[in-house]
Amino acid sequence: MLSRDADSLYWLSRYVERAENTARILDVAYRLATMPASYGPTDHGNEWESALLTASAYEPFKAAYSEVTPENVIEFLVHSDANPVSIRKCFENARQNARAVRGSLTSEMWESINGAWLEMRRFKTKDFSRDQLPNFLNWVKEASLRCDGSAMRTMLRSDAYWFTRLGVYIERADNTARVLDVKYHVLLPREAEVGGGIDYYQWAAILRSVSALVSYQWVYHQNLKPWLVADFLMLKQEMPRSLAACYAELTRRLDEISHLYGRAGPSQRLARQIHAKLANGRIEDIFQSGLHEFLREFIDDNNRLGAAITDQYLI
Amino acid sequence: MSPVHFDEMAGRGSGCRDAYQIFKHWLKTAPQALLEGRREEAELLFRKVGITFAVYGDEEGEEKIIPFDIVPRILTGREWGSLSRGLEQRVRALNLFLKDIYGAREILKAGVVPQDLVFQNPYYRPQMNNVVPPGGVYVQVAGIDVVRTDEDEFYVLEDNLRTPSGVSYMLEGREIMMRLFPDLVAQQRILPIDNYVNELLNTLKSMAPEGAPQDPVVALLTPGQLNSAYYEHSFLADRLGIYLVEGRDLFVRDDMVYMRTTQGPQRVHVIYSRIDDDFLDPLAFRPDSILGAPGLISAYRAGNVTICNSPGTGVADDKAIYSYVPDIVRFYLGEEAILKNVPTFRCRDEEGLNYTLAHLDELVVKEVHGSGGYGMLVGPHATKEAREDFRHRILANPANYIAQPTLSLSTCPVLANGGLEPRHVDLRPFVLNGRDGVRIVPGGLTRVALKAGSLVVNSSQGGGTKDTWVLSE
Repeated sequence: MLSRDADSLYWLSRYVERAENTARILDVAYRLATMPASYGPTDHGNEWESALLTASAYEPFKAAYSEVTPENVIEFLVHSDANPVSIRKCFENARQNARAVRGSLTSEMWESINGAWLEMRRFKTKDFSRDQLPNFLNWVKEASLRCDGSAMRTMLRSDAYWFTRLGVYIERADNTARVLDVKYHVLLPREAEVGGGIDYYQWAAILRSVSALVSYQWVYHQNLKPWLVADFLMLKQEMPRSLAACYAELTRRLDEISHLYGRAGPSQRLARQIHAKLANGRIEDIFQSGLHEFLREFIDDNNRLGAAITDQYLI
Repeated sequence: MSPVHFDEMAGRGSGCRDAYQIFKHWLKTAPQALLEGRREEAELLFRKVGITFAVYGDEEGEEKIIPFDIVPRILTGREWGSLSRGLEQRVRALNLFLKDIYGAREILKAGVVPQDLVFQNPYYRPQMNNVVPPGGVYVQVAGIDVVRTDEDEFYVLEDNLRTPSGVSYMLEGREIMMRLFPDLVAQQRILPIDNYVNELLNTLKSMAPEGAPQDPVVALLTPGQLNSAYYEHSFLADRLGIYLVEGRDLFVRDDMVYMRTTQGPQRVHVIYSRIDDDFLDPLAFRPDSILGAPGLISAYRAGNVTICNSPGTGVADDKAIYSYVPDIVRFYLGEEAILKNVPTFRCRDEEGLNYTLAHLDELVVKEVHGSGGYGMLVGPHATKEAREDFRHRILANPANYIAQPTLSLSTCPVLANGGLEPRHVDLRPFVLNGRDGVRIVPGGLTRVALKAGSLVVNSSQGGGTKDTWVLSE
């Protein structure tokens, strides 16, 4: 297929995934911010700031606003023109990419993306006010589910489909790593508080942000513990948003493409390398040598894989 | 008293012409609510399928649908027979004209067409001199605009030889009529048009350069999403199963054209271009263009790729050349033109100039290189000042103007305000011309003015479309 078409498929799914991730980040901020003051974060900076950090939007936000207020952060992440990856922009970009490859999309997929874009345009500023925000965020998650579901259920299993999957998992892996990394900064507890009420609430919010609170209980049968949460979100194959699960998908999809084309290249090798690191990793070792360092390295690796895919197939 | 305009359904009276007998009978029994309901359904289908066109400068939707009227425009097999023979003849002659202009120039030497009309024509491309595409075919797809003024009076209004559009509306319009009115469609023998995409693909494949594989790689070159006909480009590429490429997807190496694909460079043999010549290749034409691919023309000249339609065809669809088409037909084919031209007075000739100036209040005066209604005087509707102004303009540069009588265009009923009302129509049949001959599917795009009395059928100015039926004899 044309490199430009593959590129559009890859990016349209990245944008849809990013819209959902940004919604999840905002959801966590909203939850933590509504917590009673006595449980609220104190000298760790506020949750809205951390939302910006997680969305890696802190610098562009600072350039556009003077103050971190809930209203400003919501505006910036949801619909600001100053933010090239606000939720609104994500849907716009996804739709733009979808339109460029109409021929490679099923009608269901086109309708879900086009529909999301049309509905997004109908939301008014008042729909993003703090009390309306949860409704809107739910809508974003549902719109993303529809796009993803229509792709999974209707697209022919050919290179067009696999490139959409690559976009989803690169973006998802990046998001999970960022959520953990930022929480590590904000939350990594002064020893005394580990296991305390605040801590519980905050780790629970992280799990909730990746829809994993209940499944955590199923896997560990234990109270929330930071290292287990990290283990769950990084190394557990069965947790669909974990780094390991994303890399299992990425290596599988890249292998499918290389089989179809009859040759493998740098992106297949790199994906397998990163996957191996996760598959062989033990959370004790990772904590020992530094969770933050591990996550930073992972985010860089993940970016490198994105660049390798682009070099090999998309330009 | 007979009506002013010939009506496709009623003719000159209040009766019903043969072609419309079955339709009219069906209409009599069809409840009004059904028609209204189907009309809404048709609009919904168009929107759902996404048959849109972009309106430049329109901030809101950026995509609109062209209104579709559910009353078909019906032609008998006999009418179509002479039309299609005329179309074929015209396209063959225009193609020979192009071959001649970029080759031996016999027609200029014979003095049949004035030299300056060719060499000073903005669409003349000296880069194409002595470049002969496979089989000497320059025009692969032509859209010839035809109007009707009476029972047997058809006139060619305009030849479109560059990137004629609208064929997706023709195809989708039929699909939708068949879905909405299966019983009506089944009652009569309507000649099919859905083989158009196969015919187009065969035509394009027949243009593959020497040495190309049996199954050459064909790509449709589009300016991209912002172009008003982008929907049609993606529709055609999809239906034909060919690549939809933009200039940035192509590159030229050693005079061969390649596409950038996920599996590396892939050679392209035939390009169906929907980009204006000027933007095809910054090395050959406009250096500031980013829509095309550098080196494309050089690859074309080397015979390694075929561009359809050939760059430089615009010289033959120009308004100034138009008035010579009957002479062109005679010169190359030794035949009289089957399809009539609208009588045209050329102000470059003294006789034409004098007639034009004496009849400004009856004529439509056009700039020879103008398009889309710009630089035009519609005599009967113009103010005295406007006519005087035009008189000065014509006198200052007579060669830049032609004049034509205003035609009484036929009308066809449309469903409006709960009843049938007559509106003016034209017809654009699509003529395919490959190495292996001319193909025309029976029908075309009927464009209809939606405002009462209006002659404007152009979609960017609120015109609509209808399905065009040709009945088998």
